[in-house]
Amino acid sequence: MHIQEELNERHVLSLTVANEAGILARIAGLFTARGYNIDSLTVADITTDHAISRITIVTGGPPKVIDQIIAQLERLVPVHKVTDLTEAGPFVERELALVKVSGTGEDRIEALRLADVFRAKVVDTTIESFIFEITGTTDKIDNFVALMRQIGLVEVGRTGVVGLTRGKEAA
Amino acid sequence: MPFRSSGRKGLPRTQGKDFIVAEKSGADILVECLIDLGVEVVFGYPGGAVLPIYDALFNHPKIRHVLVRHEQGATHMAEGYARSTGKPGVVLVTSGPGATNAVTGITDALMDSIPMIVLTGQVATQLIGTDAFQEADTIGITRHCTKHNYLVKDPGKLAGVIHEAFHIATTGRPGPVVVDIPKNVQVATAPYQKPEAFEHASYRPQIKADAKAIDTAVEMLAAAERPILYTGGGVINSGLEAARLLRELADMTGAPVTSTLMGLGAFPASSPQWLGMLGMHGTYESNWAMNQADLIVCIGARFDDRVTGRLDAFAPNSRKVHIDIDRSSINKTVEVDLPIVADVGSAMADMIALWKSRNHHKADLSAWWKQIDGWREQKSLAYPESATEIMPQEAIAQLYKATRSATDVIITTEVGQHQMWAAQHFGFDAPNKWLTSGGLGTMGYGFPAAIGAQVGNPDSLVICVAGDASVQMNIQEMGTASQYRTPVKLFILNNEYMGMVRQWQELTYESRYSNSYSDSLPDFVKLAEAYGWTGIRIEGPQELESGIRQMIDTPGPVIVDCRVAKLSNCFPMIPSGAAHTDMLLDPSQVSGSLSDEAKALV
Ligand SMILES: Cc1ncc(C[n+]2csc(CCOP(=O)(O)OP(=O)(O)O)c2C)c(N)n1
Ligand SMILES: [Mg+2]
Repeated sequence: MHIQEELNERHVLSLTVANEAGILARIAGLFTARGYNIDSLTVADITTDHAISRITIVTGGPPKVIDQIIAQLERLVPVHKVTDLTEAGPFVERELALVKVSGTGEDRIEALRLADVFRAKVVDTTIESFIFEITGTTDKIDNFVALMRQIGLVEVGRTGVVGLTRGKEAA
Repeated sequence: MPFRSSGRKGLPRTQGKDFIVAEKSGADILVECLIDLGVEVVFGYPGGAVLPIYDALFNHPKIRHVLVRHEQGATHMAEGYARSTGKPGVVLVTSGPGATNAVTGITDALMDSIPMIVLTGQVATQLIGTDAFQEADTIGITRHCTKHNYLVKDPGKLAGVIHEAFHIATTGRPGPVVVDIPKNVQVATAPYQKPEAFEHASYRPQIKADAKAIDTAVEMLAAAERPILYTGGGVINSGLEAARLLRELADMTGAPVTSTLMGLGAFPASSPQWLGMLGMHGTYESNWAMNQADLIVCIGARFDDRVTGRLDAFAPNSRKVHIDIDRSSINKTVEVDLPIVADVGSAMADMIALWKSRNHHKADLSAWWKQIDGWREQKSLAYPESATEIMPQEAIAQLYKATRSATDVIITTEVGQHQMWAAQHFGFDAPNKWLTSGGLGTMGYGFPAAIGAQVGNPDSLVICVAGDASVQMNIQEMGTASQYRTPVKLFILNNEYMGMVRQWQELTYESRYSNSYSDSLPDFVKLAEAYGWTGIRIEGPQELESGIRQMIDTPGPVIVDCRVAKLSNCFPMIPSGAAHTDMLLDPSQVSGSLSDEAKALV
C-alpha cells in the first residue's frame, strides 16, 4: 500500500483577528492539527487601540482544502474575517528580506550591481560584506537570493508575505 | 486582597475609592455568575487550586455540587446532564491532574457538540510558567479540544468571561469551553455587576438561512422522486421545536427519514416513515435508500465516515442539500449541491412555511416506497435465536419492551457492540432520551452520563446499556451514584470480550483475538453490594424478562450482569472503506481477512 499525495494551489489568506494571548497558537495549531500547509505566516496589530491584528498566511492545497481552511479559520471565536486574497480579485503582496552577502573584488561589485537591478538597499556594510534589504513578491526575493548564492550568500532573514486587495475598499 | 493588574491600561475596571459596586472575591464573582446564568448543578472534584471556589460553594443554597470520583466522570456527567436537559453542563476541577483528567470528556463534548463549561483552577499568575506544583498548561492542552478557552488573569474580567463562555458554549454549534482561573484571581477582589447583554465582536453564528437557498431546497424537495431526509444530532441540539418541525417536514413531503447515531429520537422510531439508523451498523433499507435516492436532505448531520462508507461510492446519483449551523461541516468530505448555513430548526420552519405558501402537495412517492419496502424485507436487524444463550440483541429488545410503558426512559450507552445493538433494537420516539458517545467513541462515557442525566431528570428511568469492558473505565462513579442516591440502572451486556474489538479481529485478522478477552472480570453482583447497590445476575433466556422487571422495580441504583452469547457479532455491517451496497448481513459473508487499504482505515 502507498499513500497518495494531492496537487497544491498557492493561496494568500488575510485574516483580521482579536489581538489576544494565544491567538497565534490557535491559528498555527489549527493548521498542524488538520494537516494543512503553512508556507509563511505574518502577524502584527493594526489598530491604534491594539485590539485587532492582521495575520497573513500563505498556504497551499487543492481548492476543496483551501475552502475548508477558510471555513475552519472563520469558526475560531477570535477571528473577525478571513479573505482569500488569491480569490478576491487583484491584490498586492510583499515580503521583506535581509540578505547577507560576503565577497571581495569583482564579487562585491557584482553584488552591488545586482542589488541595484532588484532595487535592494544596502543597510549594513563591512569591507567584506553587505546586508541588503529587499522587498517584493516572494518570487522576486527567491530570484535575488538565488543570484546572491552564486556570489557568496551568508544568511537570509525573511518576513513572510503581507498582502492587501487593490482599490479603495477594505477586503 | 486588592488585585494588581499587570495588563494594559484602559481596562473597564472601577479604580480605588470611587466605585459604588461592592467588591467581591473572584470565587464569589464566579458563583454569582453561575447563579445569574441559571446554573443549578456543578459536577466537580476539589484540589489546591480551586479551594477558594469550593469555599464559596460551601453549603450553597442555590448551587448543588455533585462530588465525583474521577474528573473524567464529572465531564461525562455534565454531558449526560446537558444532552438530557438541553441546558449546559458545568464542571469544576483543580489545576494540573484535575484538568488533564478532564481532557477526554472535553474532547468528547467537542466531537458531539455538547454545551459544557469546564472551570479549571490554575496556579497563581506569578507562578505560571515556573513548573509550579500541579501546574499544567491547561489552555495549551485544551486549545484544540474546546470550542474556545480562556485564561483569566484579572478578577475584574472574570464575570465578562464567564458570561461569554456560556454564550459560546450554548449558541451556534454547541461545544465545550474551558475557563482557567488562577488561584490568586479567585482570592483577589473586584467590583461585580451582572454584565449586560452583549454582542460578541467576532463570534456571530448564522441562525437564519438565506431565503434563496430555502426556495431552491423547497423546489428540489417538491420535484424529487426519491427523496430522503438524513438527520443528525444537530436536530436535537437545535431543540424540541426542531424535532417537531422535522416531523412536520416528513409528514408534509412523505419522504423517508433516516438518522445518524447522534440523531436517534429526533424522529419517532414508531413512524412508518422511519428507516432506522444509517451507516456502518445501520439498516439495509436506510443505506440502500441513501444509495439510490435522487435527493438527500442532510439536516444537522456531517457526512461522517461512519455514515458515508467509501466516499466515491456514496449516494452517487443524488443531489444533496446540507443544512448545518457550522459552515465548516459543509463540503468537508462530501460535496453538496446546495449548502444552507443555518440553525436547522429555523431552516426547517422556513421550508415548511414556503412549501405551504406555494401550495405544494405530497408528491406520489409510491414507487420509491415500494423499492424501500423491498429492502425492508431483508430484515437486516434479524438475529439468530437461541434457547440456551441470551442473544444480546434479544436482551435489548426485551429491555425496550419492558420499558415501553414507563413514562420517561433515558438510555445511555458505553462504546462497543452493545452500543450498536442498543441503537438498532431500542426504539426512540423523543429527542434527548438517547445519550451516547458518537464522534469520539469514548468507553467510560455511558455510566457517568447516566448519573448526570439522572441528576437532571430525577423522575426518569435512566438506564445505561454497558459492556463488560467499557463499564470498568469509570466504574468508580458507583460511589457518586450511592452518595447522591441517583437510582441509575447499569445494564451490562456481559460477553466477556471487548466484543467490538473481537469482531474486527474475526473479520480482519482471522480470529486472532489479541488482548480482547475480558479476563479477571469482577463479580459485578458483589461489586454492587460493596457500594450499597442491588446486584442482579441474569444467566439464561428464561431469566431475562424477570431479571429486567426486577431491575426496573428495584428502587435505587442497580447493576445487572446480563450474561449474553459471547461470540455474537453486530450486523448488518459495512466494513470500513466499503460502499453502502457492500453491506454484510450475516456471519456467512465474513471472509476473515481484509486488504491493506481496508486495514488502514479505522
Ligand atoms: C477509551 C477507549 N479505549 C479503547 C476503545 C476501543 N474500543 C472500542 S469498542 C471496545 C470494546 C468494548 O468492549 P465492551 O465494553 O465489553 O463492549 P462490547 O463490544 O463487548 O459490547 C474497545 C476497546 C474505545 N472506544 N475507547
Ligand atoms: Mg463486552
